[in-house]
This record gives sequence, C-alpha cells and structure tokens, in this order.
Amino acid sequence: MEMLFLLDKTVIAFVAFAITLLIATYSTYAERKVAAFMQDRVGPDRAGPFGILQPLADAGKFFFKEEIIPNTSDKFLFIIGPGISMLTALMTSVVIPWGGTLQIAGRDISLQVADLNIGVLYVFAVVSLGVYGIMIGGWASNNKYSLLGAVRASSQMISYELSMGLALIALIMMTGTLSLKEIVDQQHGMNWNVFYQPFGFLLFIICAFAECNRTPFDLPECEAELVGGYHTEYSSMKLGFYMFAEYINMFISSAFMASLYFGGYNFPFMDSLGLSQNAITIIGVFVFFLKIFFFIFVFMWIRWTIPRFRYDQLMKLGWQWMIPLALLNVFVTGLVILLTGN
Amino acid sequence: MSPIAFLILATLTISSALLVVFSRNPIYSVLWLVICFFSITGHYILLDAHFLAAVNLIVYTGAIMVLFLFVIMLLNLNKETEPHKPVYLKAAAVLSGSLLMIILAASLQGYANQPPAIISESFGTAKGVGKVLFTDFLLPFEVASVLFITAMVGSVILAKKHVND
Repeated sequence: MEMLFLLDKTVIAFVAFAITLLIATYSTYAERKVAAFMQDRVGPDRAGPFGILQPLADAGKFFFKEEIIPNTSDKFLFIIGPGISMLTALMTSVVIPWGGTLQIAGRDISLQVADLNIGVLYVFAVVSLGVYGIMIGGWASNNKYSLLGAVRASSQMISYELSMGLALIALIMMTGTLSLKEIVDQQHGMNWNVFYQPFGFLLFIICAFAECNRTPFDLPECEAELVGGYHTEYSSMKLGFYMFAEYINMFISSAFMASLYFGGYNFPFMDSLGLSQNAITIIGVFVFFLKIFFFIFVFMWIRWTIPRFRYDQLMKLGWQWMIPLALLNVFVTGLVILLTGN
Repeated sequence: MSPIAFLILATLTISSALLVVFSRNPIYSVLWLVICFFSITGHYILLDAHFLAAVNLIVYTGAIMVLFLFVIMLLNLNKETEPHKPVYLKAAAVLSGSLLMIILAASLQGYANQPPAIISESFGTAKGVGKVLFTDFLLPFEVASVLFITAMVGSVILAKKHVND
C-alpha cells in the first residue's frame, strides 16, 4: 500500500511537472498572439498551422544560439543563477490541488502531490526564495545595468511580499486553515472566497503582478533604462531559463489565485448534475485549468494595456497604499468575524 | 529514513557554516549562510516544527538574507578594502569562541539519557503554535512586538536626515 501511494504521488508529480512546462511553453505563444490581437496584427503564423509550432522553434533557436559568458563575470554564479530561478519556480506546484479525488480500483487518489498543513506558507517561502536566482544572476554578470535590475527586483519583491501576506491573512482568518486542499474544499459549488474577499483579491492580484515582475511592474528588466535588466548579459538557453521561469511563475500564481479565491476545481451545480465522483473530478480539473487560463490571459491583457510605472511610484504604491489598505482589510475582516460570530 | 536525512542535513549545515567563515569572497559567505539556514529549516521539519520551518524560510532565508546580499553587493568589497585585524584580536576571538562552544556542549550533557518528549497532535502546526503564543506566552509575545516597533521607529528616524518637529 505504501509503495502504491508513493507511485501515485510520483506519477502526479511528474504529470504536474510536465503540464507546468507545457503550459509555460505555450504561454509564450499565447503572449505573442494576445499581443498581436491587441495591436491588430496577425502574430506568429509561419511555423505550423496558426504558428502552433512557434514555441518549439523558439526553444530550438535558444539551444543552438552561441553562448556568451562574459570574461569578467563570476562564472559559477553566472551559470547557477538561471538554474535557481527555474528550480524555485517549479517547486511551488507540489501543494496545488489540481483536482478532487479519483477512485481507481477501490482506492481514493487525491490529485495533489502533498497536502501540507502549511500549504500557503510553503508557497510563500518558495516565492521568497525566487529572488535569489535574479540577484545572483544580476550580480555575477558584473554589469552595472544587471546589478541595478537585480537590486530593483529584490527590493520590489520584498516590498510586495508584505502586502501579499497581509492580503492573505484576511483570507486565512476567514477559512481558518493554511492547507490549500481544505481552502478549496470549503468553496464547494459556488461558495467562492472572492465573494467574501473581493478587496483582498484585488490586493492579491496586484501583488502577484509585482512578484512575477510582469508589466506594469517589470522595472527589473525595464529596457528603456536598463538595457535588459538582470539578464542583460545572458544569452542562449540561460536567457531562455529566466524567461521560462517568469512564465512558470505566472502559471503558478494563476493557479494559486484560482484555488484561493475562485474555488479551484469547484464549479457551480456540481452536486445536481448526478454524475459519478470520477466524472465530477475530471470535469473539475478542466474547470480549474479554464480558470488558470483566464488568469494567464489577464496577465497578458494587462501587459499590453498598461504602461509601466516609474520606480518611485512603484515603491510609493507598495508601501503607502497597498500595506495600509491590506491592514484595513484585515481589520474589517476581523471586525465582521467578531460581530457575526463565525 | 529520518536518521539518514538527519546525517545528510547535519553534514550540510556544519560544512556550509564552516564555508561561511572560510570563504574569501563575502558574497559567497552570504550564499553559504543561506544554504546553512536552508538546512536548519530541514532540521525543523525533521523535528515536526512545520510552522517554524516555513517562517524560518520566509523571514530569514527569504527576506533578511536577501537584504544582507543586497548590502554586500552594493558595497563592492574586494581585496584592497579587506580589513586586517591585529593578531591579539584574532587570538581573543578564537578564545571566546572556544569558551562558548565548551559552555554549549556542557549544557547539553545530560540530554542524551532523557526519554523522548511526548508531543501532542497539534505540535508545530500553525494552530498549535498560535494557541500557545496567545495563551501561555502572551506577554513575551506582545513585548517582542513592542521591541520591533521601537526598532522600526528608530530606523525611520535615522533614515530621515532632517526631522522637523
């Protein structure tokens, strides 16, 4: 039984890993198609029908490009930087509940790799480690623009982590648990947390944009001021790793938002359809991925709509608006819980 | 399973802690310290203190060490600016360090013969730690938070060049 359990978890971990990579790959294609749509262009359409093979062509190009490591760089750290970015980006997917439970041969198989009782904190811990890849890469390049990009990235991520945590505290106060699985199960049917915490969700999504270094908060790689930011000196697949890590982060934070605020794999009328549990679970997985794709689309939509902030505006927003508002949200949530008695 | 994990983690912790001291490059020192904290987090998990492990990772590894790295990267330390301490200071440091180690070892002497502690179901979870913090240790907890406020106010005052009344 123990062996079977380990086998299940290994299979789920590998599938989650493969899906994460696949979705990150196709996010690059989606990003270019969405950009093209927003700007009234066609977008990539040469490789395969509708350009569907474009990500593969891009990856091939990344692999065969000449690799340049600057002479003055710290070689070991220069090489390990993108690796750390990729590693931390991929580590978060273990606690995300991809679906309910499947019944195969009389056994219940939960579609989640690990149901930690500190799931939300685990995600936070791994996200806070993500900044090391950028900082190490930026410093090891021995280039002033890279260093400035790295410093911007780290101060931005630390600043927005605070308000992200405070936005989540209000949610945790409501759910009373840190386990992602339990949080999702509490939102059964249409009982989604976003209806109780709309303001918290707004704060959370803003912080998620800042944590992923996406526009309007992509100051770390602001090409108008810093050439390319922390990855100025990078070429070939190392640059690919940094860009890929960004797309993985985007996917994971979309999954995180969908499971925390939008009910995860729950969908309306799931009890009144009269389907078996396996069917409900499989539909739930599809629904979960639809929600994730919607959030990925929002990420892209905003990137091609809103120009980026100035750096002092970004810091001002983070410290003088986001944190007080998040604290206010915590206070109001606490007051409501106290008055209504649950 | 867990004795092997402990041995691996202990080796990692001690060797990375030694490398913090022996690295010539301060950036590498900081990075080894990060790895040291990371392996200490592993020890917390082995001891069932899950909440503490997560908080250690978030606060120390994720925030404080990033600020450390931040400052050292901007200082641009190199061979020319390396400080040279006189010999008597080095000797004094070695002596006091050894004394501290003797005291720590002596204080742990009786622990090997004690039976393992019995822990409750909620030990180490966020729920368990929260309950203990807000019942048994409420006063120390609140006093510690006052200490933090003091530190924050102090740093704001230091950072502001001209404080107008």
